[in-house]
Amino acid sequence: MKPIETKKDYQDYVDKKSPNSPIIKNCFNAFWVGGLICSIGQIIFNYCKFRGMDVQLSNTIVSIILIGISAFLTGLNLFNKIGKFAGAGSLVPITGFANSIVSPAMEYKSEGYVMGVGGKMFTVAGPVLVFGISASIVVGIVYLIFNTQAITLV
Amino acid sequence: MVQKKQNGPLASYFDNCLEDEFWGEKSWEKAESKIIKETVNMVISKSGLASDAIDYCFAGDLLNQCISSSFGLRELNIPFFGIFGACSTFVEALMLGAIFTEAGAGENILCAASSHFCSAEKQFRFPLELGNQRPPSSQWTVTGSGAAIVSKNGKGPFITCITPGKIVDMGIKDANNMGAAMAPAALDTLLTHFKDTGRNPSYYDAIFTGDLGHIGKEILIELAETKGYNIKSNYNDCGVLIFDKEKQDTHSGR
Repeated sequence: MKPIETKKDYQDYVDKKSPNSPIIKNCFNAFWVGGLICSIGQIIFNYCKFRGMDVQLSNTIVSIILIGISAFLTGLNLFNKIGKFAGAGSLVPITGFANSIVSPAMEYKSEGYVMGVGGKMFTVAGPVLVFGISASIVVGIVYLIFNTQAITLV
Repeated sequence: MVQKKQNGPLASYFDNCLEDEFWGEKSWEKAESKIIKETVNMVISKSGLASDAIDYCFAGDLLNQCISSSFGLRELNIPFFGIFGACSTFVEALMLGAIFTEAGAGENILCAASSHFCSAEKQFRFPLELGNQRPPSSQWTVTGSGAAIVSKNGKGPFITCITPGKIVDMGIKDANNMGAAMAPAALDTLLTHFKDTGRNPSYYDAIFTGDLGHIGKEILIELAETKGYNIKSNYNDCGVLIFDKEKQDTHSGR
């Protein structure tokens, strides 16, 4: 092996030396667990429709149930095991979002309810909320501009 | 010494192993304080010294403002130097203790360090219950504490020579690959030591690094080879030794 002098050489060497995550296995597990979670959501949705609820109400009920289950499993120290196995499969659906709020709430409970749970609850989910809401405002503005144009054109 | 991983390969060498990460306390930080406090009490009683015979204390941990050691050791009533060297805190304490005794500033210097997996993850990474995946190069912080008393007189083991390391940053930005980030600094320290003393790696029965882990250890061996030193046979890493990578799912070691 040649002596390593520059930072770039070292980075290349380390990249070669460090084991990669098992991507195919991770993708496969993420695929079927994520699919399973979404299928459960679909089953709940269809059942709500079957009981005569409209689409919007059924959607809300699906979200509430999945969030509830995810928060409960987080509290039982089970969701992190599912997450370790499934990765994005359990992280990307709304279950992951629930987990990202419940887990810091549990972690920081020892620092008190106001500054601990209240203050640190969104340390993980915070960026998602900030950029999610910001993006929705941008989209709203774009929509408004195009919509008024459509109106004036008519 | 106290250590949480009671099923680790070195468990039988520890004085005390804990059942859980709280040890009867309300928070991980309080548990860590208790761990370092009990460890220090144990080393003092083992040494047979009266606690007022200890002149100074060097101690540190990973948390902000060294809260574990300063709260844990507040009842000791020994002049206290809080130190932070991250992974090198304990060796830093030993070095300073050795210099203090050598310079005649004190007869007996207490040196201690602690860390706690949960409190460290809480401060530096993500909540424990977060369902994320750890990459294979990530490492696992030891929950435990170690302490020693450096004395002017005694039967040994002795500190005969110290080579403090420089900060060597080769630009690794991956927080989940600490071994690779630290290996160049370890190499630099080893080379400086060999150059200063005129010794070769073969002079030593064993050479240890603190916590490079499996990846960092391999990197250090290969880097040393490129500089003309063969440390393959007598070098090992404590982070590799303390956990059983397969059984304990700690990925790349401490």
